[in-house]
Amino acid sequence: MAVPHRFCSFYLDELWFGLNVESVQEALPSPAITPVPLAPEWIAGLVNLRGQIVTAIDLGRRLGLAERPALPPPPLLVVRCEDSLVGLLVTRVDKIVERLEGGLETTALGELVAAVYKFPGRLLHVLDLDRVAGDGKEASYEMVVK
Amino acid sequence: MEEIVKEFLAESAEGLDLLERDLVELERDPGSRERLDEMFRAVHTIKGSSGMLGYPRLESVAHASEGLLGGLRDGKLAQNPALISGLLAMVDAIRALLKAIELTGNEGDADYAALLLSLKDHFRIAAAPAGTVVIGAAHESGPPDLPSEKRVGGSKIRVDASLLNQMMDLAGELILARNQTLRLTASRNDSGMLSAAQRLKRVTTDVQTAVMKVRLQAIGSVWSNLPRLARDLSLSCGKQVILEMEGSETELDRGMVEAVKDPLTHILRNAIDHGIETPEQRTRAGKTAAGHLRFRAYHREGRVHVEVSDDGAGINLARVRQCALERGLITPERAAEMSEPELSWLVFSPGFSTAEKVTSVSGRGVGLDVVRTNIEKIGGTVDLKSVIGEGTTVRIKIPLTLAVVPVLIVGSAGQRFAIPQVNLAEVVRLEAVSEANPIEKFCGAPVYRLRERILPLCFLDRTLRLGGETSAGAFIVVMQAGAYQIGLVVDAIHDTEEIVVKPLGQHLKAIACFAGAAILGDGQVVLILDVAGLMQLTGLNTLMRVLHSRQTTDAKSAGNRSKTQSWLVFRGALGSRFALPLRAVARLEEIPAERIERSAGREVVPYGGEIMPLLRLSQLFQEPEPEREVLPVVVLRESGHSAGLVVDSIEDIVEGVVELRDRAHGDLLEGAAVIRAMVADVLSVNSLLARAQGGSGPKTMDRNG
Repeated sequence: MAVPHRFCSFYLDELWFGLNVESVQEALPSPAITPVPLAPEWIAGLVNLRGQIVTAIDLGRRLGLAERPALPPPPLLVVRCEDSLVGLLVTRVDKIVERLEGGLETTALGELVAAVYKFPGRLLHVLDLDRVAGDGKEASYEMVVK
Repeated sequence: MEEIVKEFLAESAEGLDLLERDLVELERDPGSRERLDEMFRAVHTIKGSSGMLGYPRLESVAHASEGLLGGLRDGKLAQNPALISGLLAMVDAIRALLKAIELTGNEGDADYAALLLSLKDHFRIAAAPAGTVVIGAAHESGPPDLPSEKRVGGSKIRVDASLLNQMMDLAGELILARNQTLRLTASRNDSGMLSAAQRLKRVTTDVQTAVMKVRLQAIGSVWSNLPRLARDLSLSCGKQVILEMEGSETELDRGMVEAVKDPLTHILRNAIDHGIETPEQRTRAGKTAAGHLRFRAYHREGRVHVEVSDDGAGINLARVRQCALERGLITPERAAEMSEPELSWLVFSPGFSTAEKVTSVSGRGVGLDVVRTNIEKIGGTVDLKSVIGEGTTVRIKIPLTLAVVPVLIVGSAGQRFAIPQVNLAEVVRLEAVSEANPIEKFCGAPVYRLRERILPLCFLDRTLRLGGETSAGAFIVVMQAGAYQIGLVVDAIHDTEEIVVKPLGQHLKAIACFAGAAILGDGQVVLILDVAGLMQLTGLNTLMRVLHSRQTTDAKSAGNRSKTQSWLVFRGALGSRFALPLRAVARLEEIPAERIERSAGREVVPYGGEIMPLLRLSQLFQEPEPEREVLPVVVLRESGHSAGLVVDSIEDIVEGVVELRDRAHGDLLEGAAVIRAMVADVLSVNSLLARAQGGSGPKTMDRNG
């Protein structure tokens, strides 16, 4: 896969993350979420995106970060992943940034971060979307039966 | 892919369908000039387009078939089954090439040289007597006129199916927007605004209806491939079949059309392979040599009915019974007591086949069970009627559309869920659950007695772990899952609504108790409950089986006495198994130890307005009695006397003929028996009752003596 140049960036707590701008469809300010009982705990629930039902992932929990405060309702980044739409709950959506030449700090930090890029004064954690929003077979996916 | 190639593929596919249909028709009605013209044109169009687009293989195959069709049309070739088969093989070859183009963008490297050669052979054989061997002669004479190109234009256009689905979604969204607008305008008191909103309302409804209509498709589009299949099958089975179709124009949602495709194909296979006899057998039976197979579709009671009837041999129920026995699908006892409709149902069970040998066509025992599962999956039903020697009719009833499903919205722990109305039997207000009819426990699971039936309960908030305070629930929603019913305890009943079912995303598919999700009128997403999944989740399946067998046995024992008996199997404290005939068991109870009293040296318990003596299995057989707060009790009743037998645990209810081995030693035991590969001591009901009634108190006895 070609390394993307432009990222849609957002904050999760104080951490700065990025996703290939090509894979981000839109951001919803604070959608109503229907929780799904018995789902993995990092699934926040279902969201109505203009008649389409999108699964919202609680990104903070997915990445094992601190609990997200329930209020105010967080914004949802809608991304395309494996031919379907998935929502990611984040703390705050930031701007679109362009990768700097030679800014690669490291690749593959843990399972879900594909790369880290250096920006003036901060680091951009680029997520491996397929792993974050994929079927979750890796990492913490627990099938709940009974 | 280029637009022009897409167009070519779609058009060619239509042309091939037509060609295939006509070829089969031609066999029945040879020499129809009109039909031959039509076929010729279809192939010619494919040939022309493929040449133009640069698909040489396709062009050569189309060219060869054009030659053959031309020969037929001009009378240079005589029609025979081999020739038709050759032409059909060509249709398949063209299809395969088109598929390859669709998938990879080029023709692939499949070799059709052999096929082409064999086609040319037809020409040689046919043309030889006339002394002229001209290959592709028909082509040279050329199609002088192709007047029927108007089919391409006309008032119909092709639309991408996903676009249709999107339109459905958007129409749904439009309705939500309309509802919001109506709500807002109602509070405004602005008459101009109000009338605009009213107009919006009307238009929206019309849009929705129109979109729904666009999705309708004639069932004929599914069964257009059946004549070809029937022809090939009857040839390979050595049978003659006349296929009749009625009601091809019957419309249903395109989702449903796809869903009935496989079932109909299976039914056709079965009818030709098993139903219709060989010409010799038929003549002997005084029937026409060719069997009739009739497909009939029509609308009735808001559903689509499809009937497939043949005038074949019918289903031999004796054979069905025997085969089911051989395959271990039923027990000998069960086989003996099954009614005719029950037996004919067996052909829909997985693994069933009466075919003596496995043919390439059918006989592998897959087929009719697939038909049933597929049809039930889309909310339809299948039934079967068969008269031996006269034929079989399979009738399928399916809803018009899958897209819109009526549901009941219920609430539990503040969250809403949708229950499809197909699954809904009734709703019981829990206020009716009074002291007289409380929620009880049966084998450890909560149950409710609803009109003499035991209804296992599932508390939605606990089952789904919704959190919050455990509520007592306010309503029991009685849901039907196949032959079983369960009661779902919820806090609130909201409303009925029509929803569009949408599948859950990949992360959530593993959760069995949700069938999908939908968007409600207020724009909120709601989860749709899956009854079977809920039962699985709550472990109610086993309990249901026990209850079901108990209820059916009750019903049966009331009617004709059968040789089989149901047995209640339970355990003593040391794990030994005991059995009692179920007919002597009035109820299974769990009685708190504190309610047990002593009277005249015996243990008794107030029960149903009388005093019921208790016997303890442990005392009868000198087994240790564990300390328990609640005792499982088997209530025995015969000729007006009842007694409670305290056991360690209830195990199961099994059906079967029990052969007593090792005849009794003591008066309490009738003997030992093997029940479903387990050894159990069969207790004597009479002795137990006598022991309980008799004043002598619970006498101990040695089990072996």
